[in-house]
Amino acid sequence: MDEDLDDIIQEFMIESTEGLDQLDRDLVDLEQDPTSKETISSIFRTVHTIKGTSGFLSFSKLEKVAHAGENLLSLIRDGKLAVHIGIINTLLSMGDAVREVLDNIAANKNEGDGDYSSLIQMITYLSEEDGGKTHDQAPVADLKEPEPNDPPQLQAAEEAEPSAEAPVKTEDKKVESAPVGSNLNESKATKVAEGNIRVGVGLLDKLMALVGELVLTRNQILQFNTNQDDNNFTATTQRLNMIATELQEGVMKTRMQPIGNVWNKFPRVVRDLATQCGKKINLIMEGKDTELDKTLIEAIKDPLTHIVRNSADHGIEQPEQRRKANKPEEGTLLLRAYHEGGKVNIEISDDGDGIDSSRIVEKAVSLGLLTENQADKLTEQEKINLLFLPGLSTAKNVTNVSGRGVGMDVVRTNIEKIGGNVDIKSQPGEGTTIIIKIPLTLAIIPALTITCGNERFAIPQVSLLELVRLENKRDIESIQGTPVYRLRGNLLPIVFLDDVLGLNSGNENGDNSIQDESVSIVVLQADDHQFGLVVDKISDTEEIVVKPLGKTLKEISCYAGATIMGDGKVALILDVMGIANSTRILGKNHDKAIGETDAELETTSSERQNMLLIEAGSSSRMAIPLSTVSRLEEIPLDSLELAGNRNVVQYRGEILPLINLDEAIGIHSTSTENDDETLKVVVYSENGKSVGLVVKNIQDIVEEELEFKPGMNRPGIIGTAVIQKKVTELLDVPEIIKNADPNFYETVGVN
Amino acid sequence: MAEVNQYCTFYVDGSFYGINVMDVQEIIRYQDMTGVPLADSVIKGLINLRGQIVTAIDLRRRLGLKPRSKEDNPMNVIINTNDEAISLLVDEIGDVIEVDDDIFEPPPQNLRGKAKELTTGVYKLKDKLLMTLDMDKLLEFSVLNFK
Repeated sequence: MDEDLDDIIQEFMIESTEGLDQLDRDLVDLEQDPTSKETISSIFRTVHTIKGTSGFLSFSKLEKVAHAGENLLSLIRDGKLAVHIGIINTLLSMGDAVREVLDNIAANKNEGDGDYSSLIQMITYLSEEDGGKTHDQAPVADLKEPEPNDPPQLQAAEEAEPSAEAPVKTEDKKVESAPVGSNLNESKATKVAEGNIRVGVGLLDKLMALVGELVLTRNQILQFNTNQDDNNFTATTQRLNMIATELQEGVMKTRMQPIGNVWNKFPRVVRDLATQCGKKINLIMEGKDTELDKTLIEAIKDPLTHIVRNSADHGIEQPEQRRKANKPEEGTLLLRAYHEGGKVNIEISDDGDGIDSSRIVEKAVSLGLLTENQADKLTEQEKINLLFLPGLSTAKNVTNVSGRGVGMDVVRTNIEKIGGNVDIKSQPGEGTTIIIKIPLTLAIIPALTITCGNERFAIPQVSLLELVRLENKRDIESIQGTPVYRLRGNLLPIVFLDDVLGLNSGNENGDNSIQDESVSIVVLQADDHQFGLVVDKISDTEEIVVKPLGKTLKEISCYAGATIMGDGKVALILDVMGIANSTRILGKNHDKAIGETDAELETTSSERQNMLLIEAGSSSRMAIPLSTVSRLEEIPLDSLELAGNRNVVQYRGEILPLINLDEAIGIHSTSTENDDETLKVVVYSENGKSVGLVVKNIQDIVEEELEFKPGMNRPGIIGTAVIQKKVTELLDVPEIIKNADPNFYETVGVN
Repeated sequence: MAEVNQYCTFYVDGSFYGINVMDVQEIIRYQDMTGVPLADSVIKGLINLRGQIVTAIDLRRRLGLKPRSKEDNPMNVIINTNDEAISLLVDEIGDVIEVDDDIFEPPPQNLRGKAKELTTGVYKLKDKLLMTLDMDKLLEFSVLNFK
């Protein structure tokens, strides 16, 4: 008997919680359109249902609160009272009070000791403003004990609202919201209710697991079938194949939920924030029906709330400020969700002030997160991305809403945990858009299978950049014992998976003597860093079903979970971030570009290198190691300025000195016809200083094994080499710069 | 009236052990295992139990006994604790036996080492002694050994 009651209470809790969410939404709607009969009825019904059931279950506190609210609402519904902001606020706090009591019931099985008498007084006061007649009706429901055999809501309804008896009666059976008095909609609501059942997530998870197992068994049977000649058997297998696939899809679908379930609370959040900050915000939601996996919905709830609050608090400006900026006083906050390329995109955009990137940089520098030199090199987008660093917030004022500096980094961590990513785009003065991309489901992901030390592992495809195969293990060089590989001119830190996992793979079938062995490198992305993971064998990519590891293994950060392969054996899924952390790939330095450039300067002869081919003077071919080049630019002639006796241009808020290559290496351009409107400039940067080499033409980028002969003895030329079957001179860029500007390396020192 | 308990029994390195039958989900034959590098040596590997990943714990290692010879394939006693299935690798499976509290005694004082921490007591059966294992303590190593 007790269990039955527990079930009923459980049901009541679920129903009421949903009802309260609806209530919040409706109240915000009502504020927009205070005369909407439909909304008022919907609110009334929700409160009424809660009151009725709580009376039946003898939650007297809950009943009293709901009852007071119902009285007030009935006045509004009957048009005896006009909706004003005070009423909305009071009703919202009534919703909160109900929620609090419900939470208490869920946690302690009693209503808790909260005191709501002042709230009830407030509600009563509001109802009496109009001298409402309903007041004397109030005690009726309190006095009479509802008989347990009768449907509780109905009885309460009859007692409290004799006038509203008929419509309320029909609706309460259906629970769902349909406008009062509209028979058409009512029957629709009935259908909705009848077509749905509640199922526990646990059961769905179990089904999902079983289907996964069925799929594996099917795979085994399919494999078995290829060795059979029996036609009958083949046909049956094919049928099994089809059914299993369909079943899998079906079960996956049951776990999908519309994103609207999360969004539903935002109107209230935004409204409260707007009231608090004295702003006007219009919240628009598009694509509410976009579906994604239940676990993902849970996971994005908090990050999304954070972003929405951020946008409402910092993004959208005060009305006066907006008026000054020629924008409508009411700010717009747009939530948009849609499917794209197998992923769900969620955009949160506001038409506010945008992000002031200089302020972020200032803050980051003052916090010591990067040096000013580094900051100068960042592109606008990179500056905005600094927001994701821990401890950064651009809000000038710390409010109780946001600005405490724990924010976007947590958002990003949470989103990345579920295999998604976050992007910020911002136009100063025009607004900010945050785009979240997450996979449709966590349960099944594409992954690359690799072998290491006779064990198979899966690497999630999201972190995979490319696969590299080296014919010779010696291509992996080492800097003070740290293995690195030159991947297209950039140094790629190398991690040996067998070392990380403590396996002795290569040494099993031989000793270290096999140095000529070919090596497979999986290039992975962890955060902003790339690294190469050396594995024994790269097998195949396939869709895997992610299964959690037991508690005893969860603490090993190198694994993200486990999966079952086609042959029924278990394989571990590698956690790319975990591996990167355990090998300290994600070190303190955020300036990997600089580190790489320095190292690359040491490049010696007879190596494969990326070279930038340029043309100088009268069609001489010259080559510059690409690694020393930070950027190629075309600069309009008319932006040339003179500083001292040198040509300079304004470039990214800096003054970029220009060196004319022809003059620097002492060749005379035969033709001075500068019919081009632009200068082609190769920008070279070192330690925060930049200089531009003006060349006649930029031809190509090649990767070549260089065998160059020193000679010529001309300033600024190291030697000549044959590139693409043509003789090409190699430039000594540091020397050219030194000749043109002796001070350039002064601060750089002996680097 | 003495309470009657049912124990699922098995042998590990010649000794006779039992765990409460209510803790046991099922018993299966030896399964291929996938090793888990970096994990505690007590963890022998992962097995696929109808789509569920089950961590297999070598009871010999856990009890600090000598390792079993390579030819002997252990049996899996799958136990279900806190929503997680774990397999205990044992040498041989015995019967499910009923014992009553009359013949129970706490572990003898001179019991040493891991066996002392992990056994809850001894049932003095007619022909041999049945040591009962403490399931919670058995699985506690994870917390202690990973830093």
